[in-house]
Amino acid sequence: MLSRLHDRRRLQLLIGFGIGVLFGFLLQRGGATSYNVVVGQLLLRDFTVAKIILSAIATGMVGVYLLRHVGMVRLHPKACHLRRIGLGGLLFGVGFALLGYCPGTAAGAFGAGSLHALVGMLGILLGAGMFASMYPAVVRWLPGEGHGKVTIPELLDVNPWMVVVPVVAAIVAGLMLLETL
Amino acid sequence: MHPLFQETWSPYVVGVGIGMLVWLSLMLSDKAIGCSTAFVRTSGMSERLLRGKRVHEKPYYREFTPHIDWEWMLVLGVIVGGFASALLSGSLAVETVPRLWQAAFGSSVALRMAVALTGGICIGFGARLAGGCTSGHGISGALQLAAGSWIALCCFFIGGILTALVVIEWLGGA
Repeated sequence: MLSRLHDRRRLQLLIGFGIGVLFGFLLQRGGATSYNVVVGQLLLRDFTVAKIILSAIATGMVGVYLLRHVGMVRLHPKACHLRRIGLGGLLFGVGFALLGYCPGTAAGAFGAGSLHALVGMLGILLGAGMFASMYPAVVRWLPGEGHGKVTIPELLDVNPWMVVVPVVAAIVAGLMLLETL
Repeated sequence: MHPLFQETWSPYVVGVGIGMLVWLSLMLSDKAIGCSTAFVRTSGMSERLLRGKRVHEKPYYREFTPHIDWEWMLVLGVIVGGFASALLSGSLAVETVPRLWQAAFGSSVALRMAVALTGGICIGFGARLAGGCTSGHGISGALQLAAGSWIALCCFFIGGILTALVVIEWLGGA
Protein backbone atom coordinates (compact mmCIF):
# COMPACT_ATOMS: atom_id res chain seq x y z
CA MET A 1 0.00 0.00 0.00
CA LEU A 2 1.23 3.46 -0.90
CA SER A 3 0.06 4.86 2.45
CA ARG A 4 2.37 7.84 2.41
CA LEU A 5 1.00 8.92 -0.95
CA HIS A 6 -2.56 8.53 0.37
CA ASP A 7 -1.83 11.01 3.16
CA ARG A 8 -0.78 13.85 0.84
CA ARG A 9 -4.08 15.71 0.68
CA ARG A 10 -3.39 18.31 -2.00
CA LEU A 11 -1.65 15.83 -4.26
CA GLN A 12 -4.60 13.47 -3.78
CA LEU A 13 -7.01 16.12 -5.06
CA LEU A 14 -4.80 16.47 -8.13
CA ILE A 15 -4.74 12.70 -8.66
CA GLY A 16 -8.55 12.60 -8.36
CA PHE A 17 -8.79 15.33 -10.98
CA GLY A 18 -6.35 13.52 -13.30
CA ILE A 19 -8.21 10.21 -13.04
CA GLY A 20 -11.43 12.13 -13.70
CA VAL A 21 -10.00 13.67 -16.89
CA LEU A 22 -9.02 10.22 -18.20
CA PHE A 23 -12.40 8.78 -17.14
CA GLY A 24 -14.33 11.60 -18.89
CA PHE A 25 -12.15 11.26 -21.99
CA LEU A 26 -12.80 7.51 -22.21
CA LEU A 27 -16.56 7.88 -21.58
CA GLN A 28 -16.87 10.51 -24.32
CA ARG A 29 -14.71 8.60 -26.80
CA GLY A 30 -16.63 5.40 -26.18
CA GLY A 31 -19.96 7.07 -26.94
CA ALA A 32 -21.25 6.74 -23.36
CA THR A 33 -21.82 10.50 -23.13
CA SER A 34 -24.25 10.37 -26.05
CA TYR A 35 -27.96 10.37 -25.15
CA ASN A 36 -28.71 8.36 -28.30
CA VAL A 37 -26.22 5.64 -27.34
CA VAL A 38 -27.37 5.38 -23.70
CA VAL A 39 -31.10 5.36 -24.47
CA GLY A 40 -30.36 3.04 -27.43
CA GLN A 41 -28.89 0.64 -24.86
CA LEU A 42 -31.94 0.88 -22.60
CA LEU A 43 -34.15 0.18 -25.66
CA LEU A 44 -31.90 -2.86 -26.35
CA ARG A 45 -31.00 -1.54 -29.81
CA ASP A 46 -27.34 -0.56 -29.23
CA PHE A 47 -25.12 -2.56 -26.85
CA THR A 48 -22.19 -0.13 -26.62
CA VAL A 49 -22.86 0.73 -22.96
CA ALA A 50 -23.10 -2.94 -21.92
CA LYS A 51 -19.81 -3.67 -23.74
CA ILE A 52 -18.05 -0.81 -21.93
CA ILE A 53 -19.41 -1.72 -18.48
CA LEU A 54 -18.79 -5.46 -18.78
CA SER A 55 -15.25 -5.13 -20.15
CA ALA A 56 -14.46 -2.58 -17.41
CA ILE A 57 -15.79 -4.97 -14.74
CA ALA A 58 -13.80 -7.95 -16.09
CA THR A 59 -10.54 -5.99 -16.47
CA GLY A 60 -10.93 -4.22 -13.17
CA MET A 61 -11.81 -7.40 -11.26
CA VAL A 62 -8.76 -9.41 -12.37
CA GLY A 63 -6.37 -6.51 -11.72
CA VAL A 64 -7.85 -5.48 -8.39
CA TYR A 65 -7.85 -9.02 -6.98
CA LEU A 66 -4.25 -9.53 -8.18
CA LEU A 67 -3.21 -6.21 -6.62
CA ARG A 68 -4.95 -7.16 -3.40
CA HIS A 69 -3.12 -10.50 -3.43
CA VAL A 70 0.23 -8.67 -3.46
CA GLY A 71 -0.97 -6.18 -0.84
CA MET A 72 -1.10 -3.09 -3.08
CA VAL A 73 -4.81 -2.31 -2.63
CA ARG A 74 -7.62 -2.99 -0.21
CA LEU A 75 -11.26 -3.38 -1.18
CA HIS A 76 -13.99 -0.81 -0.49
CA PRO A 77 -17.28 -2.65 -0.96
CA LYS A 78 -20.43 -0.65 -0.27
CA ALA A 79 -22.98 -1.67 2.34
CA CYS A 80 -25.54 -4.22 1.16
CA HIS A 81 -28.83 -2.69 2.39
CA LEU A 82 -31.16 -4.73 0.20
CA ARG A 83 -34.35 -2.65 0.39
CA ARG A 84 -32.58 0.69 -0.03
CA ILE A 85 -30.58 -0.66 -2.97
CA GLY A 86 -33.67 -2.20 -4.57
CA LEU A 87 -35.86 0.90 -4.29
CA GLY A 88 -33.06 3.39 -4.93
CA GLY A 89 -31.75 1.35 -7.84
CA LEU A 90 -35.14 1.20 -9.57
CA LEU A 91 -35.74 4.93 -9.04
CA PHE A 92 -32.25 5.60 -10.39
CA GLY A 93 -33.12 3.51 -13.45
CA VAL A 94 -36.26 5.59 -14.11
CA GLY A 95 -34.16 8.75 -13.97
CA PHE A 96 -31.42 7.15 -16.07
CA ALA A 97 -33.92 6.58 -18.90
CA LEU A 98 -35.56 10.03 -18.60
CA LEU A 99 -32.27 11.94 -18.54
CA GLY A 100 -30.31 9.56 -20.78
CA TYR A 101 -27.22 9.93 -18.60
CA CYS A 102 -26.00 8.85 -15.19
CA PRO A 103 -24.12 11.26 -12.88
CA GLY A 104 -20.70 10.54 -14.44
CA THR A 105 -21.77 10.52 -18.08
CA ALA A 106 -23.89 13.66 -17.54
CA ALA A 107 -20.72 15.46 -16.42
CA GLY A 108 -18.81 14.19 -19.47
CA ALA A 109 -21.69 15.05 -21.80
CA PHE A 110 -21.90 18.57 -20.40
CA GLY A 111 -18.17 18.94 -21.11
CA ALA A 112 -18.83 17.84 -24.69
CA GLY A 113 -21.57 20.48 -25.10
CA SER A 114 -24.83 18.87 -23.98
CA LEU A 115 -27.04 21.46 -22.30
CA HIS A 116 -29.79 19.06 -21.24
CA ALA A 117 -27.05 17.12 -19.44
CA LEU A 118 -26.31 20.31 -17.46
CA VAL A 119 -30.01 20.63 -16.57
CA GLY A 120 -29.90 16.98 -15.57
CA MET A 121 -26.92 17.69 -13.30
CA LEU A 122 -28.96 20.43 -11.59
CA GLY A 123 -31.73 17.85 -11.11
CA ILE A 124 -29.23 15.42 -9.56
CA LEU A 125 -28.17 18.17 -7.13
CA LEU A 126 -31.83 18.78 -6.21
CA GLY A 127 -32.52 15.07 -5.79
CA ALA A 128 -29.43 14.57 -3.64
CA GLY A 129 -30.45 17.59 -1.53
CA MET A 130 -33.96 16.18 -1.08
CA PHE A 131 -32.44 12.88 0.04
CA ALA A 132 -30.25 14.71 2.55
CA SER A 133 -33.36 16.42 3.98
CA MET A 134 -35.33 13.18 4.15
CA TYR A 135 -32.44 11.05 5.42
CA PRO A 136 -33.68 10.73 9.04
CA ALA A 137 -37.09 9.52 7.75
CA VAL A 138 -35.40 7.11 5.31
CA VAL A 139 -33.37 5.59 8.15
CA ARG A 140 -36.57 5.14 10.16
CA TRP A 141 -38.55 3.51 7.32
CA LEU A 142 -35.76 1.52 5.74
CA PRO A 143 -33.27 0.68 8.49
CA GLY A 144 -29.96 -0.78 7.36
CA GLU A 145 -30.19 -4.55 6.98
CA GLY A 146 -28.48 -7.37 5.15
CA HIS A 147 -24.89 -8.32 5.57
CA GLY A 148 -23.15 -4.94 5.68
CA LYS A 149 -20.14 -4.30 3.47
CA VAL A 150 -19.87 -7.81 2.14
CA THR A 151 -18.43 -9.29 -1.06
CA ILE A 152 -19.79 -12.35 -2.86
CA PRO A 153 -16.74 -14.55 -2.01
CA GLU A 154 -17.16 -13.61 1.68
CA LEU A 155 -20.86 -14.40 1.52
CA LEU A 156 -20.13 -17.81 -0.03
CA ASP A 157 -17.11 -18.28 2.24
CA VAL A 158 -14.84 -19.30 -0.65
CA ASN A 159 -11.47 -18.21 -2.05
CA PRO A 160 -12.12 -15.05 -4.12
CA TRP A 161 -10.64 -16.63 -7.27
CA MET A 162 -13.41 -19.24 -7.13
CA VAL A 163 -15.75 -16.36 -7.98
CA VAL A 164 -13.47 -14.11 -10.06
CA VAL A 165 -12.58 -16.79 -12.63
CA PRO A 166 -16.14 -17.95 -13.44
CA VAL A 167 -17.52 -14.37 -13.45
CA VAL A 168 -14.81 -13.16 -15.84
CA ALA A 169 -15.29 -16.25 -18.03
CA ALA A 170 -19.06 -15.60 -18.11
CA ILE A 171 -18.49 -11.95 -19.06
CA VAL A 172 -16.08 -12.86 -21.88
CA ALA A 173 -18.48 -15.53 -23.17
CA GLY A 174 -21.41 -13.09 -22.95
CA LEU A 175 -19.50 -10.42 -24.89
CA MET A 176 -18.48 -12.92 -27.59
CA LEU A 177 -22.12 -13.96 -27.89
CA LEU A 178 -23.15 -10.29 -28.12
CA GLU A 179 -20.72 -9.83 -31.03
CA THR A 180 -22.42 -12.57 -33.02
CA LEU A 181 -25.81 -10.81 -32.85
CA MET B 1 -5.71 9.03 -38.64
CA HIS B 2 -4.07 9.16 -35.20
CA PRO B 3 -6.38 7.50 -32.61
CA LEU B 4 -6.35 10.70 -30.56
CA PHE B 5 -8.43 12.38 -33.27
CA GLN B 6 -10.76 9.48 -34.11
CA GLU B 7 -14.40 10.14 -33.36
CA THR B 8 -15.00 6.92 -31.43
CA TRP B 9 -12.95 4.13 -29.93
CA SER B 10 -13.96 0.52 -29.60
CA PRO B 11 -16.13 0.01 -26.49
CA TYR B 12 -13.68 -2.72 -25.44
CA VAL B 13 -10.70 -0.35 -25.53
CA VAL B 14 -12.74 2.11 -23.45
CA GLY B 15 -13.96 -0.56 -21.02
CA VAL B 16 -10.49 -2.02 -20.47
CA GLY B 17 -9.17 1.54 -19.97
CA ILE B 18 -11.84 2.28 -17.35
CA GLY B 19 -11.08 -1.01 -15.56
CA MET B 20 -7.41 0.01 -15.42
CA LEU B 21 -8.39 3.43 -14.05
CA VAL B 22 -10.01 1.65 -11.10
CA TRP B 23 -6.70 -0.16 -10.43
CA LEU B 24 -4.95 3.20 -10.47
CA SER B 25 -7.42 4.96 -8.21
CA LEU B 26 -7.33 2.15 -5.62
CA MET B 27 -3.52 2.03 -5.73
CA LEU B 28 -2.72 5.74 -5.84
CA SER B 29 -5.61 7.07 -3.74
CA ASP B 30 -7.12 4.11 -1.87
CA LYS B 31 -10.46 5.15 -3.43
CA ALA B 32 -12.95 3.50 -5.75
CA ILE B 33 -14.24 5.64 -8.61
CA GLY B 34 -17.74 6.99 -7.96
CA CYS B 35 -19.60 10.11 -9.03
CA SER B 36 -22.75 10.62 -6.96
CA THR B 37 -21.36 11.78 -3.58
CA ALA B 38 -19.84 14.83 -5.33
CA PHE B 39 -23.42 15.91 -6.04
CA VAL B 40 -24.41 15.53 -2.35
CA ARG B 41 -21.46 17.65 -1.29
CA THR B 42 -22.22 20.31 -3.91
CA SER B 43 -25.85 20.34 -2.83
CA GLY B 44 -24.68 20.85 0.77
CA MET B 45 -22.33 23.64 -0.29
CA SER B 46 -25.15 25.38 -2.19
CA GLU B 47 -27.48 25.04 0.80
CA ARG B 48 -24.78 26.51 3.01
CA LEU B 49 -24.68 29.61 0.78
CA LEU B 50 -28.41 30.09 1.41
CA ARG B 51 -28.82 28.94 5.01
CA GLY B 52 -25.36 29.25 6.51
CA LYS B 53 -23.54 26.85 8.82
CA ARG B 54 -26.77 25.30 10.16
CA VAL B 55 -26.57 23.00 7.14
CA HIS B 56 -23.80 21.04 8.87
CA GLU B 57 -26.31 19.92 11.49
CA LYS B 58 -28.25 17.80 9.00
CA PRO B 59 -27.34 14.18 9.77
CA TYR B 60 -26.63 13.34 6.13
CA TYR B 61 -24.22 16.25 5.75
CA ARG B 62 -22.47 15.09 8.91
CA GLU B 63 -21.72 11.86 7.05
CA PHE B 64 -20.92 13.61 3.77
CA THR B 65 -19.51 16.96 4.86
CA PRO B 66 -20.00 19.65 2.20
CA HIS B 67 -16.48 20.30 0.97
CA ILE B 68 -14.32 19.74 -2.08
CA ASP B 69 -12.90 16.23 -1.81
CA TRP B 70 -11.24 13.65 -4.06
CA GLU B 71 -14.48 12.57 -5.71
CA TRP B 72 -15.54 16.16 -6.32
CA MET B 73 -12.28 16.75 -8.18
CA LEU B 74 -12.89 13.52 -10.09
CA VAL B 75 -16.26 14.77 -11.38
CA LEU B 76 -14.71 18.12 -12.30
CA GLY B 77 -12.07 16.13 -14.20
CA VAL B 78 -14.79 14.17 -16.02
CA ILE B 79 -16.25 17.43 -17.35
CA VAL B 80 -12.79 18.53 -18.55
CA GLY B 81 -12.04 15.08 -20.02
CA GLY B 82 -15.35 15.02 -21.90
CA PHE B 83 -14.58 18.47 -23.27
CA ALA B 84 -11.02 17.54 -24.28
CA SER B 85 -12.11 14.34 -26.00
CA ALA B 86 -14.91 16.05 -27.94
CA LEU B 87 -12.60 18.91 -28.91
CA LEU B 88 -9.84 16.62 -30.22
CA SER B 89 -12.25 14.43 -32.19
CA GLY B 90 -14.13 17.41 -33.60
CA SER B 91 -17.44 16.34 -32.04
CA LEU B 92 -17.81 19.29 -29.67
CA ALA B 93 -21.34 20.57 -30.28
CA VAL B 94 -24.11 22.24 -28.30
CA GLU B 95 -26.99 19.78 -27.88
CA THR B 96 -30.36 20.72 -26.41
CA VAL B 97 -32.72 18.12 -27.89
CA PRO B 98 -31.04 14.84 -28.90
CA ARG B 99 -32.04 13.00 -32.11
CA LEU B 100 -33.79 10.02 -30.50
CA TRP B 101 -35.82 12.25 -28.15
CA GLN B 102 -36.77 14.49 -31.08
CA ALA B 103 -38.04 11.49 -33.05
CA ALA B 104 -40.33 10.63 -30.12
CA PHE B 105 -41.49 13.99 -28.77
CA GLY B 106 -40.49 16.69 -31.26
CA SER B 107 -38.11 19.60 -30.91
CA SER B 108 -39.57 21.45 -27.88
CA VAL B 109 -36.62 22.57 -25.77
CA ALA B 110 -38.83 23.26 -22.74
CA LEU B 111 -40.27 19.73 -22.73
CA ARG B 112 -36.82 18.12 -23.08
CA MET B 113 -35.37 20.26 -20.27
CA ALA B 114 -38.33 19.55 -17.96
CA VAL B 115 -37.93 15.80 -18.46
CA ALA B 116 -34.12 16.03 -18.06
CA LEU B 117 -34.62 17.89 -14.74
CA THR B 118 -37.16 15.31 -13.53
CA GLY B 119 -34.84 12.49 -14.54
CA GLY B 120 -31.97 14.16 -12.71
CA ILE B 121 -34.03 14.43 -9.51
CA CYS B 122 -34.87 10.69 -9.66
CA ILE B 123 -31.18 9.90 -10.24
CA GLY B 124 -29.96 12.10 -7.39
CA PHE B 125 -32.45 10.69 -4.88
CA GLY B 126 -32.16 7.12 -6.15
CA ALA B 127 -28.37 7.08 -6.19
CA ARG B 128 -28.14 8.30 -2.60
CA LEU B 129 -30.81 5.85 -1.44
CA ALA B 130 -29.00 2.99 -3.20
CA GLY B 131 -25.63 4.26 -1.97
CA GLY B 132 -24.03 4.75 -5.39
CA CYS B 133 -24.50 5.20 -9.13
CA THR B 134 -23.46 3.48 -12.35
CA SER B 135 -19.78 4.12 -11.63
CA GLY B 136 -19.71 3.58 -7.85
CA HIS B 137 -21.96 0.51 -7.74
CA GLY B 138 -22.09 -0.51 -11.38
CA ILE B 139 -18.38 -0.49 -12.21
CA SER B 140 -16.25 -0.09 -9.06
CA GLY B 141 -18.58 -2.02 -6.76
CA ALA B 142 -19.34 -4.84 -9.18
CA LEU B 143 -15.67 -5.40 -10.03
CA GLN B 144 -14.85 -5.73 -6.33
CA LEU B 145 -17.62 -8.35 -6.24
CA ALA B 146 -19.58 -6.37 -3.65
CA ALA B 147 -22.87 -8.26 -3.23
CA GLY B 148 -25.08 -5.17 -3.03
CA SER B 149 -23.46 -3.59 -6.09
CA TRP B 150 -24.52 -6.44 -8.38
CA ILE B 151 -28.09 -6.04 -7.12
CA ALA B 152 -27.84 -2.28 -7.70
CA LEU B 153 -26.52 -2.75 -11.24
CA CYS B 154 -29.44 -5.07 -12.07
CA CYS B 155 -31.97 -2.61 -10.59
CA PHE B 156 -30.49 0.34 -12.53
CA PHE B 157 -30.98 -1.50 -15.80
CA ILE B 158 -34.36 -3.05 -14.95
CA GLY B 159 -35.73 0.42 -14.07
CA GLY B 160 -33.98 2.00 -17.05
CA ILE B 161 -35.06 -0.54 -19.68
CA LEU B 162 -38.71 -0.56 -18.53
CA THR B 163 -38.87 3.25 -18.42
CA ALA B 164 -37.19 3.68 -21.80
CA LEU B 165 -39.52 1.14 -23.42
CA VAL B 166 -42.63 2.79 -21.93
CA VAL B 167 -41.59 6.40 -22.54
CA ILE B 168 -39.65 6.35 -25.81
CA GLU B 169 -41.21 3.37 -27.62
CA TRP B 170 -44.75 3.18 -26.24
CA LEU B 171 -45.60 6.83 -25.49
CA GLY B 172 -43.25 8.40 -28.03
CA GLY B 173 -43.53 5.80 -30.77
CA ALA B 174 -39.84 6.13 -31.73
